[in-house]
Amino acid sequence: MAMSVDLPPTRPASAARRPGFLSRLFAEYGQEIVVLAAIVVLFIVVTMVNPRFISANNLTTIFAGNAYIAVAAIGMSMVIVTGNIDVSVGALIGVLATISGTLAVAGYPVWVAWFFPVLVGMAIMGVQGVLVAYARIPSIVVTLGAMSILRGGLISVTGGTWISGLPSEFLLAQQRWFGVPSPIVMMVVLTVLAFLWMRYSAFGRSLYAVGGNPEAALATGIPIERRIVAVFVIHGAFAGLATILFATQLQVIQSTVPPNLELTVITASVIGGVSILGGSGTVIGSTLATILFAAIGSALIFVNVSAYWLRAVIGLLILATVLADMMRRRGKA
Amino acid sequence: MNLKSLIRHETFLALLLVAVLIVLSFQSDRFFTVSNLLNQGRLMTETGLIAIAMTFVIATGGIDLSVGSILGLVAILTGVFWHNVGMPLGLAAVAAIAVGTFAGFVNGLIITRFRVPPLIATLATLALYRGLAEGISQARSVRGYPDWFYVLGQGEVLGVPTQLWILVAAAIIASVILAYTRWGRTVYAIGSNEVASRFSGLSVEKTKLALYTASGFAAAVAAVIFVSRVSTTRSDMGTGIELDAITAVVLGGTSIFGGRGTILGTVIGLCLIQALKNGLSLAGVKGDGTIMLIGAVLILAILASNLFERSGTR
Repeated sequence: MAMSVDLPPTRPASAARRPGFLSRLFAEYGQEIVVLAAIVVLFIVVTMVNPRFISANNLTTIFAGNAYIAVAAIGMSMVIVTGNIDVSVGALIGVLATISGTLAVAGYPVWVAWFFPVLVGMAIMGVQGVLVAYARIPSIVVTLGAMSILRGGLISVTGGTWISGLPSEFLLAQQRWFGVPSPIVMMVVLTVLAFLWMRYSAFGRSLYAVGGNPEAALATGIPIERRIVAVFVIHGAFAGLATILFATQLQVIQSTVPPNLELTVITASVIGGVSILGGSGTVIGSTLATILFAAIGSALIFVNVSAYWLRAVIGLLILATVLADMMRRRGKA
Repeated sequence: MNLKSLIRHETFLALLLVAVLIVLSFQSDRFFTVSNLLNQGRLMTETGLIAIAMTFVIATGGIDLSVGSILGLVAILTGVFWHNVGMPLGLAAVAAIAVGTFAGFVNGLIITRFRVPPLIATLATLALYRGLAEGISQARSVRGYPDWFYVLGQGEVLGVPTQLWILVAAAIIASVILAYTRWGRTVYAIGSNEVASRFSGLSVEKTKLALYTASGFAAAVAAVIFVSRVSTTRSDMGTGIELDAITAVVLGGTSIFGGRGTILGTVIGLCLIQALKNGLSLAGVKGDGTIMLIGAVLILAILASNLFERSGTR
């Protein structure tokens, strides 16, 4: 590769001292800003074509209906930041939703039906974390195997039947808190808390070190194995919280695995700026990306594009975002 | 040396396969019959072709998640080119395969030119190619192919299913290329240390571009065989086949980090999975129970080989 010998242009000392606030913001949160800008542009353009796009009804569908994906993507982002991946999360959410619905129909108190699956999710992900950290099986292999086990197990136990007759107080996602649909409140609160925790706590910072430079992390005294197990357990908890929102949306729960859910969650994390190589990214980005996908899906309907082309358009946008991100990173380097 | 542990993994796997075959033949007297075994070969060809190409890709430390979507796209295009565009069926199949190969080439371009990690690049094209298949098909399927077309997926040549010949030929050619050619050694070198390979003057980018193109080609051929076998086209064909193929490859001892792996291992992995699927269904276990078992086998096989390896080399 050719080496550049151009010297940077000389600048007055005062300006050279420190880059401005905006450029620092962009350097650190470039991808998040790009996704946010895409959302804003999309909303403006689609609303001009069809003003009903920003009706309260449709906004609720976009934000509340997809909040569970954003919540699951928080945990996934943490896993990816440590340099691992989880393809079993879709199957896990399917299993947990079935457990949750079965408990609710069997007459257990609703808080048991909501939170017992969270514990199950933490346990299942904890086992996977141990296999990754201590048995040193690559996370793609462990979670691929776990996906088969969970998916096969779910269908052979339930036969893919629908769970109906859910008690109305179980339907948390249909509630409103402070006048706002509860999934939106949960999505925003969890995203902000997770972001602050990852950015300012010693534990959160150490996750970036584990993913960015494991050798340096080890030299600094970070127990890498324990961190990886912990991050999988936390990811399991977020999958459980996502399940609460997913399972309580409708009057029925279909006891199968939502198709391609794991890919949607991974894609949201990555498009939101979490580097698949580990070591960088924030959960604000993953939540914004979830909203962007949901908005695109809805927008296509409002501008009368056939639903059959939905995935192609989303795929094209994912590809464009990834390519733009790679160009941006290369430009910076 | 590395070779020793390779041999060990495949020996271990082959023994496991023999054990499974013996157990299954006691479970059902219909299992160990020539017609059943040949039929199983028929069923594993599509995954097999993809897994063989995937072995090369994974051996370089890459991955291709878009193969299932390429399969769906090529299947749809075969039907559309023939039925809607009016091409002769043979030409339609060739044209569809060409598109599938191009789809693989696009993967390669994204990965080599833009330096997008393969997992992300093919995740994006997984959505894109499946989306194209759905958009083009508009949920319509094409049926009613001429009889000669079914020879590929349902017919026999010399008493053996037609597509099994293709799989065997592909496996032999691929293992010779991977084990004995300069090009095959390049694949391992890239997987072991990409930077060092580049400094050694190996054409890393060209090799990778060729591999992802080949992966698209394999998925495309599998698509035409698939259509011929099931006599129809649907846009959701091949969903999840990438995971079956990756399972076979990894089970076969190819390191997910690249640098080692053999076609023989992949083929044994394939046979093992297919034998389990078939044997269990004959024993009355439903397909979903089998999926569970495959997941468990995948994790346990890698766990076992990790334990062997650590006691040996470290």
